[in-house]
Amino acid sequence: MFVAWRDLRFAKGRFALIGAVIVLITLLVGMLSGLTAGLARENVSAVTGLPADMIAFSGSGGDGGPSFSDSAVTERQWRRWAQEPGVESAEPLGVATTKAEAGDGNADGAIAAVSVFGVRPGGGLGPVPDGFGGDSAVLSEGAAEDLGAAEGDTVTVAGRELTVTEVRGDASFSHTPVVWTSLEAWQGIAPPSGPADPSDGSGGADGGGTATVIALTTDGGPDTDAAAADTDERAGTTTVTKADSLAAIGSYTSENGSLQLMRGFLFAISALVIGAFFTVWTIQRGPDVAVLKALGASTGTLLRDALGQALVLLVGGTAAGTAAAAALGAAVSGSDVPFVLTPGTVLAPAAVMVALGALGAAMSVRRITSVDPLTALGSAR
Amino acid sequence: MRLELNDVTLTYPDGDGRLTALDRVSLAVPGGGLTAVVGPSGSGKSSLLAVAATLIRPDSGTVAVDGVRVEGLAPGRLAELRRRRIGIVFQQPNLLASLTAAEQLQVMAQIDGRSPRKARPRALELLEAVGLADLADRRPHQLSGGQRQRVNIARALMNDPAVLLVDEPTSALDHERGSAVIDLIARLTREQGTATVLVTHDRAHLGAADRVAEVFDGRLRVPEPTG
Repeated sequence: MFVAWRDLRFAKGRFALIGAVIVLITLLVGMLSGLTAGLARENVSAVTGLPADMIAFSGSGGDGGPSFSDSAVTERQWRRWAQEPGVESAEPLGVATTKAEAGDGNADGAIAAVSVFGVRPGGGLGPVPDGFGGDSAVLSEGAAEDLGAAEGDTVTVAGRELTVTEVRGDASFSHTPVVWTSLEAWQGIAPPSGPADPSDGSGGADGGGTATVIALTTDGGPDTDAAAADTDERAGTTTVTKADSLAAIGSYTSENGSLQLMRGFLFAISALVIGAFFTVWTIQRGPDVAVLKALGASTGTLLRDALGQALVLLVGGTAAGTAAAAALGAAVSGSDVPFVLTPGTVLAPAAVMVALGALGAAMSVRRITSVDPLTALGSAR
Repeated sequence: MRLELNDVTLTYPDGDGRLTALDRVSLAVPGGGLTAVVGPSGSGKSSLLAVAATLIRPDSGTVAVDGVRVEGLAPGRLAELRRRRIGIVFQQPNLLASLTAAEQLQVMAQIDGRSPRKARPRALELLEAVGLADLADRRPHQLSGGQRQRVNIARALMNDPAVLLVDEPTSALDHERGSAVIDLIARLTREQGTATVLVTHDRAHLGAADRVAEVFDGRLRVPEPTG
């Protein structure tokens, strides 16, 4: 690093320029990562927070795979799942997005879009362990804030009055805050439409679904997947892991996919920019490299020197960009901007930036190996 | 002998055929001896220097540097040989723009795996020997052409080489500065005991050499020692 450090000091302008580019790209990647995580949290936190490891949807899933908006499971289906070996619990979960109004619906209360999650009292899916029954509701903090409601207040959801028994958690689904209520109340608010799947053996006797999906807790045995496929076939359901079930939220798939694509492009752009800079820099240094080689410097020493220089630049620029992203993220994370500031959203992208930048630099500086020391003599040929 | 070339032949691709740059050249230079190699442009002077510097492998013949035969040595070993036993004074000073005069010498320690900081006293000592003690912290653009060439010479001596190869050191200097540089090389050759080969096309500076070898069309003729 003897020459590398001195080059960094000597060519301050050039290195400051590429350093600033690294800082800005890192800042952009950091902000985008925090925003992606924040938007994802608003989209899926109610599902990821469920105490379950698999989700069963009605039907075969079709070409587009399972969907929360299309699924409607019957009581017979979730009872069948509950009886399967290896299934510790099978709880029906109703999911519907609708409008809620603070008060009894006759006053001019605040109106907000909410996702109503219907769970069985005592079933363990909701945020209140002991459950809640009848026309009671537990509001997430977002719903309480949007509706201006507190414990003991009344909210009207799709014409049904619910009494708020508690405000707890910050679950949200498809960018709307969650209102937890009993499955019975949920069925009154958003009764699943369509006949039951004949394959469930009820012959349509249920007359309609009783919930949207079934949240399953399994013992995680080695045959879980095979058993699930077997049960799916008999019950007329499609079962996926909880993580995979996020793809069944339409807005999440398109939104997250777009943001991840942008992030991927930024990573690729940063690697290309750094690679291009070091390609030009290495070409400019060609005569110096030839002299050092003629004087006896080994190729390994020169490569270490060049890569060390690239790493200093990368780590310095990325650290500055990450610090700026963290500071900006901290400033906006308490506001309405959905931003998640965690090591995963700030440090992980920084590590990827350094790794990809180093890869780009390595691809560039390897041309050092092909510099002919004979050119230092100038008139040898 | 510290430098020995025996029956060295070197050819380059030239269209469909090959051009003979060195034709069965033999040269032996003892420690403390200064051999000047003269000849017209394209005669093979620089090719001779490149072979002696282990930068080109000859088609045939043998090269020994400080008793080490270089045929068959891996590139890494050749690089080690160059940094430890061979000093090269380039035609152009070829100084690194980001380094001061002292650092140009210290870098020789760094590429040899030694501490550049600990090598600074030796670097200053050599800069004093070439008359640049007061300019140790100047960068190349702050030095004159003659001063840069002196740094170039001092750098070549930094790792106490057994062989000093000097390539047209006066080509960018006027006669007075050129003579001063040649006198300096002759003096350092005696003081350091190096086997020095001075390639030049300028016959005005040959008085400082122990002997003068003439190269023409790749053939080397070594007459009686001068002076």
